[in-house]
Amino acid sequence: MIKEDSYLKNLADICLTKSKKLGSSEASVLVMNSVSENVNIRNRKIDGSERSDNLGITLTTYIGKKKASISSSNLKEENIITLVKKCIDATKVTPEDEFNSLPDKDLHFKGAKDLKLFDETHLDNEKKINFIKAAEEKAFSNEKIVNTNGSAFSETKSNFILANSNGFMDGYKTSQFTAYCEVVSKSNGSMERDYEYTSKRYYDDLLKPEQIGLNAAKKAIDKLNPKKIKSDKFDIVFDKRISKNFLSNFASSISSSAIAKGTTFLKDKLNKNIFDNSINIIDKGNIIKGNGSRYFDSEGIMIKELELVKDGILMDYLIDTYNGKKINRQSNGRSSGTTNLYFENGKVPFEDLIKSGKKILFINETIGRGANIITGDYSVGASGMMIENGEFAYPVSEITIAGNFNEMFKNITLANDLEFNYSTNSPSMLITGITVGGK
Amino acid sequence: MSKFLKNSELTFEKAKQIVDDTLQSCDDGELYLEDTKSETIILDDNKIKSSDYSTDIGYGFRAVTGEVVAYSHSNEISDKSLKNSSDNLKSSLKGKSGTYNTEIKNTNQKFYKDIDPVEEKSLKSKIDILNEINNYARSLDSSVKQVTANFLGEKKNIEILRSGGQLLNDERPLVRFNVSVMVEKNGRKETGIYGVGGRQSYDVYLENENWKKVCDEAFRIATTNLDSKPSPAGEMKVVLGPGWPAILIHEAVGHGLEGDFNRKKTSVFHDLVGKKVASEGVTIIDDGTLDNRRGSLNIDDEGTPTEKTVLIENGILKNFMQDRLNARLMNTKSTGNGRRESYKHIVMPRMRNTIMLNGNNTQEEMIKSVDKGIFAVSFGGGQVDITSGKFVFNCTEAYEITNGKIGSPLKGATLIGDGPSSLKEVLMVGNDMMLDPGIGTCGKAGQGVPVGVGQPSLLIDKMTVGGTQI
Repeated sequence: MIKEDSYLKNLADICLTKSKKLGSSEASVLVMNSVSENVNIRNRKIDGSERSDNLGITLTTYIGKKKASISSSNLKEENIITLVKKCIDATKVTPEDEFNSLPDKDLHFKGAKDLKLFDETHLDNEKKINFIKAAEEKAFSNEKIVNTNGSAFSETKSNFILANSNGFMDGYKTSQFTAYCEVVSKSNGSMERDYEYTSKRYYDDLLKPEQIGLNAAKKAIDKLNPKKIKSDKFDIVFDKRISKNFLSNFASSISSSAIAKGTTFLKDKLNKNIFDNSINIIDKGNIIKGNGSRYFDSEGIMIKELELVKDGILMDYLIDTYNGKKINRQSNGRSSGTTNLYFENGKVPFEDLIKSGKKILFINETIGRGANIITGDYSVGASGMMIENGEFAYPVSEITIAGNFNEMFKNITLANDLEFNYSTNSPSMLITGITVGGK
Repeated sequence: MSKFLKNSELTFEKAKQIVDDTLQSCDDGELYLEDTKSETIILDDNKIKSSDYSTDIGYGFRAVTGEVVAYSHSNEISDKSLKNSSDNLKSSLKGKSGTYNTEIKNTNQKFYKDIDPVEEKSLKSKIDILNEINNYARSLDSSVKQVTANFLGEKKNIEILRSGGQLLNDERPLVRFNVSVMVEKNGRKETGIYGVGGRQSYDVYLENENWKKVCDEAFRIATTNLDSKPSPAGEMKVVLGPGWPAILIHEAVGHGLEGDFNRKKTSVFHDLVGKKVASEGVTIIDDGTLDNRRGSLNIDDEGTPTEKTVLIENGILKNFMQDRLNARLMNTKSTGNGRRESYKHIVMPRMRNTIMLNGNNTQEEMIKSVDKGIFAVSFGGGQVDITSGKFVFNCTEAYEITNGKIGSPLKGATLIGDGPSSLKEVLMVGNDMMLDPGIGTCGKAGQGVPVGVGQPSLLIDKMTVGGTQI
């Protein structure tokens, strides 16, 4: 079982008290515990089981404008005291930084309604195995599925306490249930893999195992016997699992740290048009049961709802205390990054997007980390499906897609199929005029 | 005698008793103890942005029978905690039984010194050097707008207790030093990143102002990219430079030769041992025994002594890389490739230093022979799909080749290829083998481990280049 608040609070208290005694002017501490249980199966048989119990503290001490941190998993009291001492010693030799400080007290989280982030449900290993086995069984009911790369079910429960010397002390429990099934299809000498994945705060909200197996099998089979196409410009429809990556790239590009340093192509774009004017982007921390929901950020600051992009115009950045000071802005509770980040739903059905041209390329997998947020250049390997006259014609693989976010963002049309399956969510999207490298 | 359990509330005798009792009817398994100390010091935007020190201690208890692995880990090294883990393992393997595998060969091989890079230099002196580096890099040219530099140091001590009482241990230092420079000219911004590292003291990389070379190299790459033009798209000839571009070998064939994917028959290489998988002249090894290299280990994380494993010899597939589990199930021996990120992770077959050996050609010959193609000098990240064999790389420094001559630098070029076929497309193997500077981390199933790569220059007949110009 995960540790209760009282245990974590006691450790947090020891750290803060000891830091003060040894000479820190301010301090903050995170004490966290998570217990995760995981089963892996392969070809409908158990392959392994894992149980992990992680306990750790991270302490940051300040002496005026000097700051240093330590973290440890060895929580014996005598070790903690050695570490606090080490942290203070490190603080003393670290140069001052005028922007170092604890967050503004007035912005501390002060309570909110229950977001339902913790489901007490516990599945024993046998139940976990049965769940994920049912997914593989379903996938194997198609004869083109010949193997699995492994499927897994995991249950994680966490608890933490965040405290600082300005009187903040709070924390909460969260849970996460995840099922993953990856299968291998084979036909005419071609071998392909694909997966389905579901991850929720509450066990009952998971995709049903049969559906997981069915989806994984269909995706792997659809990819069989792909063709390589000639290099050309294409209008591309991105599947939801890829289009959400553009949101993640966008989020990295508007972090106050990148803005302050000038290492982003979106520097100086506040209040300017960066997307097609049909686009709105929202980051909302208080969605009930949301995978990205949180009560406060890693500094204890309340999470405001942010309308980052409105009618295509960049309205806000993701700001923490330190980098906020550098750009003269107050933190908006984003020192842990985004929460539930999403494009507001589009107006066009997916079917209309794929019928928007004679030849449309549908991309549902990319490989490589080809986004450069300094220049906005984007280039990745990809595979998917050629669509001719609105009909899926043949799978395509071993191609590259490349462009620059400055232009790509302005050519986005969103479908109306937004769902909240991850912390970052996007509907399918069409981007016109992208260069595809092939034969 | 166990160093870990000397001052612990869990005694060696008690640990041995629990391990023996838990593993007696299993095929394999061990108690893995780990004590890691690490530091990260980052200079960014003219300031020491973070100075972090971390200690992590814990155990991972593993029991293996047949194909099934049960694993339990915890930070709490005590009787009670280990007993809980034991119960957990037993219940996971209920109804299964095996025969405990033979002892692991003891070794005295040492490929790195027993030093502690975190403690051997004071924090103050490391901060001073970072400030000096910042000043130096910013003084190189007025176009330099940002400098980030960091030191990453680690000392990891491990101990492995097997059923029957065999005790194996290793003490592993590891350091890395990186500099990133952003330049801006005429409204254009580009970055250059360079780093060095290995299993030795920071001083090796800092003495004689060696760090200046790291700054110079990061600045050179950034400046080169300022003049880069959009990359072409399509299939063409590719010349790979020596050293770090060997991550292409790591992704394109390395992962596909790891024992687990082949035992499970999900690798394209699983039925190709003894067959020709690469051009003649292509020999690839995976070597854990190179002095002070990032990917080297005295013993792997199961206790097996590392070795130099021949993977492909003159184009013919010879061996896979094995850990104990996959070796047993494939009726062969572990090659000392059983690795894990930490005590929190299960063992898998992983690469160490993966190297293509020298051939007879010169880089000059290769470039001369290309009418239209690209010359790739350095890569950022790469990735592979083991099942289909497709892999991808992002070039961080590349040039066009036209009529046998190197031309403009190219920006944003991605290379995509097919693992098994690209090695057959190798037309020339260079005589200029180089190891990478010691910065590689390989990710697999969520676990990152330090690795090395190396290769001579290579000429590949055709690969797809992903750019924006058709």
